[in-house]
Amino acid sequence: MPLLLIEDLTHHFGGLRAVDSFNLALGDRDLVGLIGPNGAGKTTVFNLICGLYKPSKGKILFDGARLIGRFPHQITQLGIGRTFQNIRLWNELTVLDNVRIAHFSQLGYGIIDAVFRTPKLLSVEKHVTEESLHLLEMLGLKDYTDLIVKNLPYGIQRRVEITRALAVKPRLMLLDEPAAGMNQSEIGDLMELIQWMRGEFALSIFIIEHQMRVIMGICERIVVLDFGETIADGVSSEILHNSKVIEAYLGEEVA
Amino acid sequence: MKRLLRKRFVTLFMGLVFVATVVPTWLGWYDSYIQLIIQYIGINIILTVSLNLINGYMGEFNCGHAGFMGAGAYIASILTVLFLIQDDVFGPPLVSEGWSLIVFPLALVLGAIGAALFGLLIAIPSFRTRGDYLAIITLAVNYIFKSFIENVQKIGGARGFMGTARVVKVLEGLTPIPWTMIYIFFAAILAIYVVRHFTVSTFGKGVMAIREDEIASELMTIDTRRVKVTAFMLACGLAGLGGGLYAHVIGYINPGMFTILKSTEIMVMVYLGGMGSISGSILSATAFTVALEILKPLGLFRWVLLPVLLIVLMIFRPTGIMGNRELTDVFPRLKTFLAFKESAQIDAAPAD
Repeated sequence: MPLLLIEDLTHHFGGLRAVDSFNLALGDRDLVGLIGPNGAGKTTVFNLICGLYKPSKGKILFDGARLIGRFPHQITQLGIGRTFQNIRLWNELTVLDNVRIAHFSQLGYGIIDAVFRTPKLLSVEKHVTEESLHLLEMLGLKDYTDLIVKNLPYGIQRRVEITRALAVKPRLMLLDEPAAGMNQSEIGDLMELIQWMRGEFALSIFIIEHQMRVIMGICERIVVLDFGETIADGVSSEILHNSKVIEAYLGEEVA
Repeated sequence: MKRLLRKRFVTLFMGLVFVATVVPTWLGWYDSYIQLIIQYIGINIILTVSLNLINGYMGEFNCGHAGFMGAGAYIASILTVLFLIQDDVFGPPLVSEGWSLIVFPLALVLGAIGAALFGLLIAIPSFRTRGDYLAIITLAVNYIFKSFIENVQKIGGARGFMGTARVVKVLEGLTPIPWTMIYIFFAAILAIYVVRHFTVSTFGKGVMAIREDEIASELMTIDTRRVKVTAFMLACGLAGLGGGLYAHVIGYINPGMFTILKSTEIMVMVYLGGMGSISGSILSATAFTVALEILKPLGLFRWVLLPVLLIVLMIFRPTGIMGNRELTDVFPRLKTFLAFKESAQIDAAPAD
């Protein structure tokens, strides 16, 4: 049984078919890339998995549980972490708070505990804070703990976003263009980070990326979308020579 | 000595405020006008701090806070009048005077609970939609509340509901201490305590995450509906508590007290003090109440001057005087005394 199984996923925006019969089986600790020209429907696939849109048709199973019809917070609670194409951190809050708040579903106390600061709350808060600090340390963000997120450099914000997604305790990580706007050395670091966290946190990773260096460097398998249709799906080396992919990206080959 | 001062600063400060407000009133040093202003300040602190939770921390827009305050005021007043005094409509008191010591606080609590439930009723449909709709719905609710009360003749309709003054007399007849002042003092502390603790807990910080980015919050496992409804109920409940006290300070209530004008007044205090700042709310509630009294000779022109002040503030400091900061951020030296404890350092003893 694959960790994430998507069958015949279709979604329309009005008359536009954003995703058409998308299929995917993602196993434990797989690292799969999703590529395609702009507007091909890549982010839509992520949003469908997370429950932000309700698909017109299809089936999404995560670890055997049906995802369609659940609220986004219920879906991500099952163990799905997510980062965004345009960083979506909680800008006015500190790095530590960004990571702590992502523990929300693991808190297990209610408003009464929060308001009267019961011993239960104190022990939970202590645990969550320790865990967040530990995560930040692992990701090399210890020096930024108490800084407000919006003041941080772009590369660090990307890293904070990944840390926040890890706080959800995911088994599947959805990375939406994590290398966007990074320079070559930062991209190198990012690739290392992705490889490392896959092992460290036993993650399956599904990644959207335009930087071919990242895709070719780390992905075992690549799915190519164009106008919502899957035009190729296979191991990296094959995809590079697939005529349909070359056509979608570069136009028809001039022989 | 210094160490003790540091550790117990907040307690000491509260004691000082108690000594400066309740004790002189008790001894009869303050005339009734000064007493009234002090009590207004306390009630306005409760209202401002609670509205700040919605409009400041959560970034939603509640335009009808006075409606929830009114709900608490009416529920609490009806209960105290029904149980404690002879009334034309409700008949003889249901319990003897001796019970008043229990009935009075219980009525306040029930008023707060009623207001919270009223808030729940509004929150459930409102939070299905986004942003501005809450403003429109709460605005409407404020009007609905006023019209509803005006049309219920049993509780006085537009003329208002009398009797709370006599309730206070019963209390004071039993034990001659300034009851309303004492209750307001502790209610204001409770409101500050509750909102402060809520906003430093990770659960409560979900409210701020929602303000910053609701979609990201939802995808980071936060049950945004639940958090929003909970925070809204909490704020409405506190407003109801403030309303119940207000009714007993003034001695009677009428629907005209809980209109959009009152809601605006509370909003002005929130934005003046700073969104997302409790110390800002406390300061602005105090300053604003006093300013309103000092400017009394201006009559209705107060309501020209104060909104102008607000407009100027919005232009030069859109987040309010203390936007998203506390006193300790503005004056770091205060940190020695005022911990404003973050839950991160819950167990860390104050460093010497």
